[in-house]
Amino acid sequence: MTWLNQLDPTWQFLLFSALKVGVAVVALLTLVAYTVILERRLAACIQDRIGPNRVGPLGLLQPLADGVKSFLKEDFVPGHVRKIYFWLAPALIMIPALLTLAVIPFGSRLGSQPLVIADLNVGILYTFGIVSLGVYGIVLAGYAANSKYPFLGGIRSTAQMISYEIAMGLAVIPVFMLAGDLNLSRIIDYQSHGLFSWLAFKLPVSFVLFGITAFAETNRTPFDMPEAENELAGGYNVEYGSMKFAMFFMAEYANMIAVSAMIVTLFLGGWTLPWFGLDRPAANLWVGLLQVGIFLGKVAAWVSFMIWTRWMLPRFRYDQLMKLGWERLIPVALANIVGIAVWLWMKS
Amino acid sequence: MNEILFYSLAALTLGCGLLVVANPFSRNPVTSAMFLVMTILSLAGLFVLLGAFFLAAVQVIVYAGAVIVLFLFVIMLMGSHELPRRAFHWLLAAAACLVTGALAALLLRLLSALKTQPPAVGAPVEGGTALLGRLLFTDYLLPFEVVSVVLLVAMVGVIVLSRKEAA
Amino acid sequence: MGLLGVLMRRSVLLIYMSLELMLNAANLAWVAFSHFNRNLDGQVMVFFIVTVAAAEVAVGLALMVALFRQRQSTQAEDFATMKL
Repeated sequence: MTWLNQLDPTWQFLLFSALKVGVAVVALLTLVAYTVILERRLAACIQDRIGPNRVGPLGLLQPLADGVKSFLKEDFVPGHVRKIYFWLAPALIMIPALLTLAVIPFGSRLGSQPLVIADLNVGILYTFGIVSLGVYGIVLAGYAANSKYPFLGGIRSTAQMISYEIAMGLAVIPVFMLAGDLNLSRIIDYQSHGLFSWLAFKLPVSFVLFGITAFAETNRTPFDMPEAENELAGGYNVEYGSMKFAMFFMAEYANMIAVSAMIVTLFLGGWTLPWFGLDRPAANLWVGLLQVGIFLGKVAAWVSFMIWTRWMLPRFRYDQLMKLGWERLIPVALANIVGIAVWLWMKS
Repeated sequence: MNEILFYSLAALTLGCGLLVVANPFSRNPVTSAMFLVMTILSLAGLFVLLGAFFLAAVQVIVYAGAVIVLFLFVIMLMGSHELPRRAFHWLLAAAACLVTGALAALLLRLLSALKTQPPAVGAPVEGGTALLGRLLFTDYLLPFEVVSVVLLVAMVGVIVLSRKEAA
Repeated sequence: MGLLGVLMRRSVLLIYMSLELMLNAANLAWVAFSHFNRNLDGQVMVFFIVTVAAAEVAVGLALMVALFRQRQSTQAEDFATMKL
């Protein structure tokens, strides 16, 4: 390990950053694969079925089989689509989920390396910028397909994501009113003083609002208007097949994981646990790894919650969705901001 | 490193900007909108290089996340995907080029006439959120309030305009 | 370049996009001024420009949709008459 210390800081930084990016991407894709199987098994449990259990022990190799199947299928491009956008959309839809991970601290540190790829001072704003780019993949997919159901899906998703982004942004404002910083690492520091310093307990309204809008931004039930398989026959991805369809499928789960990681970081204390001194930066390698495990555990818990919700709730109607977004969530979020502001003002 | 980034981002900005205005391969407004997104993103990159982190994020959120999505929304609502190819007005084009060229020449002339060096004292400022916010609520409080009124007026105006059966 | 677009293109949508380009050029200039003059005033100006641009786009697109309902066209020439 001595040669590492002899490198000059720039190269060290580049090397470790590349390493972190690589590990994060590989981990995310693996998690995506296993979230899919988790969803299928959970759905089976809820509907009193068995679910996929044939490939490998307990069906754990199912994602591999699915992947191989997607790759081996014919990559069919329907004749009436707009070619360039048809190719572009599946790529675009995957990018935002991967980019969001760049600012999420997924552990305290290993050795002397902080476990975050880019510790930005405008971390939350960055994630919002990336989230707002997420709509393009869906819109372009709907547009590229050049037929009516995908097109309707695209239009719906534009309206839905713009509307819920506002509520989401407003829901987060109290977080940085309390923490006084946009840097995600600092926000975790702020939450590292016992269980009740977690922002989910300090700002329950923000937490609930952010949770709801997270469902909307990832197009999960009860907000899966863009795909709505029984009215739009699958929505924006109708015309896609084989690997391109798999990209949309993976992107949905990658987005779920990214948004869960956001929630865990902002409201559930990130990699900290209030017991056994796990809320301080790790002193040695094992504690560091354990904290990464805690983070992943929390993310997995929230992802399971999102899956569970999907099989419990029916879908909103489109007008109900808009009404909920504009007439309920946004006013509540504004009232929440004013309330917190008044409370902070009284306190000081 | 910074210079390479600057020049590549600047080239990207200019190239994409040109493709927004005149794309030889496509007369599709959606293509223009996508190149506008690219322009905005590379501009945000330039902002980061200039130390304006907050503005870079705002740029992406407001323009890429809202304004251009609105554009796409309207393009799709209107449904005219390929713009009709109409008779090209040579006179119009020549006049436009002349005016733009004159403006560009004027700007270049101004820039080359500019002899004063920027006062490079002190460390470069970073547009952090806290600093900008403080400035907005002290020195620029009145413009800030006026802008909020502008937004309110715009919102009411849009609602009036877009009602289905305007009285 | 944006000016060229405004003058040359005849689709209202593209004229609008060109307007955005011009505003963004101004933004970049302000940020650069602010960087080289070592103060934040330029960045505040950009903040205002972005806000006003957002408002302008909203109103403009609403107008465009309203006009489209009347004329079924997005070409600037088709809007040359003053009566609806």
